Amino acid sequence: MRLRDILLALLIGVGLWQLLVVITDAPHFILPSPWRVAQAAWRSRAIIAENAWVTLTEVLLGLLVGTVLGALTAIQLAYSRTAERLVLPILVFTQAVPVFALAPLLTLWFGYGMGSKIVMAVLIIYFPVTSAFHDGLVRIDSGYRDLSISMSANRWNFLRHIQIPNALPSLGTGLRLAAVYAPIGAVIGEWVGASRGLGYLMLLANGRAKIDLMFASLIVLACLTVVLHILVGLLATQLTRYARGISIT
Amino acid sequence: MAGSPGILLRGRHRVDGKLLFDVELDIPAGRWTCLLGKSGVGKSTILRLILGLDTGGDFSGAFHATDDAPLDGRISYMAQSDLLLPWLSVLENVCIGARLRGQNPGLARAERLLDRVGLSRHAAQKPGTLSGGMRQRAALARTLFEDRPIVFLDEPFSALDAGTRADMQELAAEVLVGRTVLLVTHDPAEAARLADQITVLTGEGARNWPVPVTPPLRAINAPETLACQAQLLDYLRGRKACA
Ligand SMILES: Nc1ncnc2c1ncn2[C@@H]1O[C@H](COP(=O)(O)OP(=O)(O)O)[C@@H](O)[C@H]1O
Ligand SMILES: [Mg+2]
Repeated sequence: MRLRDILLALLIGVGLWQLLVVITDAPHFILPSPWRVAQAAWRSRAIIAENAWVTLTEVLLGLLVGTVLGALTAIQLAYSRTAERLVLPILVFTQAVPVFALAPLLTLWFGYGMGSKIVMAVLIIYFPVTSAFHDGLVRIDSGYRDLSISMSANRWNFLRHIQIPNALPSLGTGLRLAAVYAPIGAVIGEWVGASRGLGYLMLLANGRAKIDLMFASLIVLACLTVVLHILVGLLATQLTRYARGISIT
Repeated sequence: MAGSPGILLRGRHRVDGKLLFDVELDIPAGRWTCLLGKSGVGKSTILRLILGLDTGGDFSGAFHATDDAPLDGRISYMAQSDLLLPWLSVLENVCIGARLRGQNPGLARAERLLDRVGLSRHAAQKPGTLSGGMRQRAALARTLFEDRPIVFLDEPFSALDAGTRADMQELAAEVLVGRTVLLVTHDPAEAARLADQITVLTGEGARNWPVPVTPPLRAINAPETLACQAQLLDYLRGRKACA
């Protein structure tokens, strides 16, 4: 994605939105025009920034914790056959539970603050990260394993020096997914019960019939997600370049 | 290399209950043995058995070193695929064995070995920037780094172009001198140049083929090399009974 393309897409999106407003002649409390939303965003910039910061913190912490937990789990699964046999089916099974359904419980257990949202984000990205990374760890040219055995390598060193670097592109794939899911997790957590955050602000604005503010919050959330997606994408590309031996740019 | 033992193997190997081969193999100490045979006859399987790698079959029989010491940790292995790790430099690839054993990498020795295979100028490069022949030389340096008395080579040069292959044969003959080498090859010319012993594997057994009286490394165009190569080729094609 190049910056020029992004700007162009943005322009087209805003144009279509304006067109929709004109064609449908919808009242501004149903579909505000882009200009109205921009005005509302500017007026409420302080409150939007404050709540965006909360959501961003939740998302980043959730990403960090979820990635670390997921990566450690994947390594443990790749290291121990027993763990793989016992834990992998459980992990797959738990995926049948829609994580969103847990949101009220998480609020009950971890409170109305950031904690429950971070846990929500962690839960939602844990499996994609684990599964992508684990896949990369075990999907390795068997020749490397043979070579390592002939070199009298122990399992841990094989994992550390060969399997893990070899699986970094797969970890990158998991991270890309996580960057999409983590904001969803945080916002759903905020919808279920929060006193801060963009999700909370959207509900609040909705309740007070400030649809333009609601739109502004939504757009800021979308922008945050896109920027996050781009940054994580860059990181994932670097991981792949490293594993392929292409110099880091 | 002093103290390179030979290997004796006797037994039969089955894959899915079907007999693959029933052999008695005698790999002489400190010499080059070239193992030939039709594709799928079990040449790689023999190497893998002795190395303790998965063969996907059942072996009943035994093998041992002629000095009766365990073979564990005394064989280094090089396959057709160079198996260089793309994220490591050539130098780091050469000493990967030390890292995998949790030992000090011994960079100075790795550098000397790279010099020996003519790659010192490329030590810091990533394998992806090297040609096929250079990559195979790096893999050879990695094999040498293991410094083991026995070396198993499974068609290591077969993916190289003819010129590079001839260079690699000469280099390998030079740097592996004194070690017990078992080279799997499908190329009669390679065997005729390099072998102290030529062994042809069939389902019925392993049979040694006469080698030229001159010692290896033989010139490609020496009459005895050419004669050996031609007769061996005829035999492998099933046109000639064993000489
Ligand atoms: N890991 C494995 N699992 C099952 N069968 C195998 C495996 N490796 C080799 N084989 C079988 O063993 C036979 C001999 O293979 P191989 O030793 O690689 O032959 P060669 O090296 O002489 O071409 C083949 O029929 C092959 O299908
Ligand atoms: Mg083979």
